[in-house]
Amino acid sequence: MNILVVGLSHKTAPVEIREKIAFSPTAMAEPLKQMLALDSISEAIIVSTCNRVELYATSRDPERGVAQLQHFLAEYHQLPFDLLAEHLYEKRGEDAIRHVLRVSASLDSMIIGEPQILGQIKTAYGYASEFKTAGLILNRFMHKAFSVAKRVRTETAIASNAVSVSFAAVELARKIFDRLEDKTVMLIGAGEMCELAAKHFINNGIAEVLVTNRTFARAEKLAAEFNGRAVTFENFQDQLHQADIVLSSTGAPGYVLEAKKIAEVIKLRRNKPMFIIDIAVPRDIEPKASKIDNVYLYDVDDLQGVVQANLKERKKEADKAEAIIEEEILQFYRWLSTLEVKPTIVSLRQKLEELRQNEVQKTLSNLNADDKTAKSIDALTRAIINKILHQPTSILKDAQNSDDGNIYIDAVRTLFDLPAPAADNPKAPDKPGSEN
Amino acid sequence: MSTHTILFKIILICYLVATVLYLIQVVGRKDKLGQIARFSLLGGALVQLVGFIIEFIQVGHTPVTNLHQSLSFSAWCLVALFLFFDLRYRLSVMGAFTSALAVITMFGSGIAPRAVEPLSPILNSWWFPLHVSFAFLGYAAFALAFGAGVMYLLQDRMLKSKHFSGLYYRLPSLDTLDSINYRALSYGFPLMTLCIITGAAWAESVWGTYWSWDPKETWALMTWFVYAALLHGRLSIGWRGRRAAIFAIIGFGCLLFTFLGVNLLLNGMHTFDALNGHP
Repeated sequence: MNILVVGLSHKTAPVEIREKIAFSPTAMAEPLKQMLALDSISEAIIVSTCNRVELYATSRDPERGVAQLQHFLAEYHQLPFDLLAEHLYEKRGEDAIRHVLRVSASLDSMIIGEPQILGQIKTAYGYASEFKTAGLILNRFMHKAFSVAKRVRTETAIASNAVSVSFAAVELARKIFDRLEDKTVMLIGAGEMCELAAKHFINNGIAEVLVTNRTFARAEKLAAEFNGRAVTFENFQDQLHQADIVLSSTGAPGYVLEAKKIAEVIKLRRNKPMFIIDIAVPRDIEPKASKIDNVYLYDVDDLQGVVQANLKERKKEADKAEAIIEEEILQFYRWLSTLEVKPTIVSLRQKLEELRQNEVQKTLSNLNADDKTAKSIDALTRAIINKILHQPTSILKDAQNSDDGNIYIDAVRTLFDLPAPAADNPKAPDKPGSEN
Repeated sequence: MSTHTILFKIILICYLVATVLYLIQVVGRKDKLGQIARFSLLGGALVQLVGFIIEFIQVGHTPVTNLHQSLSFSAWCLVALFLFFDLRYRLSVMGAFTSALAVITMFGSGIAPRAVEPLSPILNSWWFPLHVSFAFLGYAAFALAFGAGVMYLLQDRMLKSKHFSGLYYRLPSLDTLDSINYRALSYGFPLMTLCIITGAAWAESVWGTYWSWDPKETWALMTWFVYAALLHGRLSIGWRGRRAAIFAIIGFGCLLFTFLGVNLLLNGMHTFDALNGHP
């Protein structure tokens, strides 16, 4: 049995294509059923987000399966196949497993480590369970994917550093102040970015918000929104010493705050550090201020730089995650290999034959029987085993061609405690999908 | 191998293990290792304490009369003080620094001459263990302040220059480092003051004079002034951050010279030579 992935993502398709083949989350029953109805496909999941659309399936005939899935995507969305084909990728077997594990661990995301994708895949799997289009293999596989994603999240620092400018500001503040719970932030001007960053600070427990604006009414409105205090623009410099964090984004053509003033404020603060974020262009704060001890001045470019550094750090962590995934692929592959019919029958027979021989040996050594009796006992036991195995064997052989055959194979392996064949042995006759 | 050598090796291994684990914790961000490292450090410190007690019983006085013993004792003070701080303020980030310093000190102790000279009557006084304990606990506190100071300067430089190396992600916040600096100072300074006072009182009881300007005393006084300046600056002028970090580093430099430089380079009654045998 082969796992297949057919789809496209932000890496292979522009948004114009992605939006055309996205599936509506409110109507997943129909496409899932249509997909399952394809004759080469035995299980189906559809993942559809704004960055990717992917079909996960199992098939005994990967060649046909891939082709049918590709055409299904085009036909369902009534697009010319050729338009779609150049953006589609297809993965089979081990590659498909690796791909899905990487996607759910957020290694394939536009921003590595972003947390939404796992939730989106869980939702997709939820639909498949609801409409019963996921079977033994995909059920097991998706749970594997979730647990691997969780492992990656806890064992690597892939999601630990901010990758948006406003979040980067909060993280920098934590590197300076440690605790934000007793700190005050002052907003100078009311740009959109400034507001967003202020919201992040408030969500992270900042104690007080001061707002100043040339238009006092605007300052009052924003202050009310943040549960803070409005300060007139004429007076804000006198209150500046109360602020541990300053967010500035006025539209002023010149500097709103000069280095000299900041030096005075720092003295007034008895050298308690100040984190000043200047999001305005042209800048509001005289850049020279960054030379003052205990002043940490960041402009937009600096914050972008922090984000870049954080992304680099995430990529480093991604390497660790890849190693975890390779390990897990091997494990899952091993389980998948057990779902082949022929090796299952062979090992079932072996197991019973061993049992039979052991018991015959024991009986004969106690019995002191002559040759003839021994032969009859041997033949008798052999016949019993054959009779018992007849029906299960033929059901297993039929299972090879039916969609729910895997359930029988898995059951037999569990009931008789059959050992899994070594997946890392290339000569193993039971490589998944090798029969077709 | 004598019991002493075996104990010494066990302690060294404990501290070494703690250092390695703390380093892995910092680099690999594995917090569980920090816990094990702490236990390893604690184990080493307990073994060392037992060693001191055994030695105390054997020789009948506080076993800090030669360089080997003094270094070993200062390593113990450092570890013990760190464990105490860690308990109160959760500063496992300092673990790698502290345990590495303890290992280095123990190595130093290992190669220092171990001969135990007969105790001069001067040392046979209750002032002696008090004086030495204050001194070494003070050293340990200032060593922590020094470590926090170095980390502060590194972190401050990265935040100012906006170039972030991998270290940035692993160092704690400036506020945390600054408060470690302050707390270490607030323990170290009284300890050092007590060390000087007990030293003076002891000198008076033996030689009839409180202060005789021997090199160690002079350097100790200088060091004391550096730290006094820092404490004063902190409390009354609001010094903090970078300046406080730099002062803690300078102070520790003076302290090292007072502890080792004076003994090894200059002569006086605090040297470890056979007659005086006084740290």
